[in-house]
Amino acid sequence: MTPLFKAATRNALRTGVILFAFSVVATTLLVFTFNRTQPSIERSQQAAKLALLNQVLPHSLYDNDLLSSQRSVPPDSQLGTQKPSAMWVARRGDAISAVVLEAIAPDGYSGNIHLLIGIDINGGLTGVRVTSHRETPGLGDYIDRQKSPWVEQFVGKSLSLPASKLWGVARDGGAFDARAGATITPRAVVKAVRSALDYFARNRKAIVAPPPTGMTAPAQENPHDDSH
Amino acid sequence: MMTVTEFRSLFQNGLSKQNAGLVQLLGLCPLLAISNTLVNALALGLATMLVMVFSSGAVSSVRNFVPHEIRIPVFVLIIAALVTVIDLVMHAYVHRLYLVLGIFIPLITTNCIVLARADAFASKNHPLHSMVDAFAMGLGLTLVLVVLGSMRELAGQGTLLSGINLVFGEEAKQFVLHVLPHYQGFLLAILPPGAFISLGLLIAAHNWNKARAEQRAHAAIPSPA
Repeated sequence: MTPLFKAATRNALRTGVILFAFSVVATTLLVFTFNRTQPSIERSQQAAKLALLNQVLPHSLYDNDLLSSQRSVPPDSQLGTQKPSAMWVARRGDAISAVVLEAIAPDGYSGNIHLLIGIDINGGLTGVRVTSHRETPGLGDYIDRQKSPWVEQFVGKSLSLPASKLWGVARDGGAFDARAGATITPRAVVKAVRSALDYFARNRKAIVAPPPTGMTAPAQENPHDDSH
Repeated sequence: MMTVTEFRSLFQNGLSKQNAGLVQLLGLCPLLAISNTLVNALALGLATMLVMVFSSGAVSSVRNFVPHEIRIPVFVLIIAALVTVIDLVMHAYVHRLYLVLGIFIPLITTNCIVLARADAFASKNHPLHSMVDAFAMGLGLTLVLVVLGSMRELAGQGTLLSGINLVFGEEAKQFVLHVLPHYQGFLLAILPPGAFISLGLLIAAHNWNKARAEQRAHAAIPSPA
């Protein structure tokens, strides 16, 4: 071995060891921080989730632990879902008082609009929130509660109120107003909310009936149950 | 320790001469993407500043142990680890702020201004100097972001400070300034082209200002008779 080769090998080994030492220190730091912060992060995530659920379902309507009532719902065209979605079942005493459904409006102006829809046991809407969307900022994004109170007009509506043919935006002769220049977005939301109400009406019996074996899907047995 | 002159020159560099946003044009990706409102821009600026100060301090402290040929991987490792730690700590203890800044913090790792300062300054200087330099650079970037965010928000929505309730709670909604009431909005300013146009205007203004200052300096020197 030439001395030059020897020196190069030694140098490579040295830098390798140094790089390794830095990785060990950085990894240790990350593991330590992760372990210390994890419980706190989980708590705040749960609290944030519950706060979101309470926006579509007022706390006065239920007295159970809403987060642990989560069930899995198989994909359904009326919910616009391609994958199993979540449903939360609110109870008052022993009786089911309302549900919160996840739904997707697939026909927004740009991509899917994800919705959280609260429906009381009689089929009336307790609240609707857009949880994620990619609609044009400043134009179609008023469906977001942060931007405008537009989604509040769904509260109290049901399949019979307004009448079936009025379930649309004002421009199409419906009962829901929409801003001029951006009707594709609210049209998609109105359609998805109505469709979710239909879904609830169709599956109401199965949802209300106590699940026979713990956590089962309301419509049919779901092989990919990911509710836990 | 550092002298007042050194201190002043570091700030002059960060705020004007070597301004990250207007002169070095580093870290344009988050700069352009996030500056659609004043609150967003300020939040990203402060988060970047925080990361820069910590990473410059860390890089500078270990600079004598890092062989030249592996300095970049080591700096990237340090910056990424620090950003992750800050991300986790903020998520755990200041959750409300995290909800606003959360998406920006991982983005900061990709911001080349952080690595640029680590390599160009922190790896050659004392930790104190490096942290002051990082602070000044971060402040310069934050100022550009704030001006850019204000311009775009004002032109795009006719408001200032919209979204402040996300940081300080619902009560803060009253601080939103509706500078131009009944404004119809100007979509271009909020979308990406608005970012490029606004930044272009800012750079032009900065260069014009610089050219004028140079001219004055020339005029002040009496021409040889």
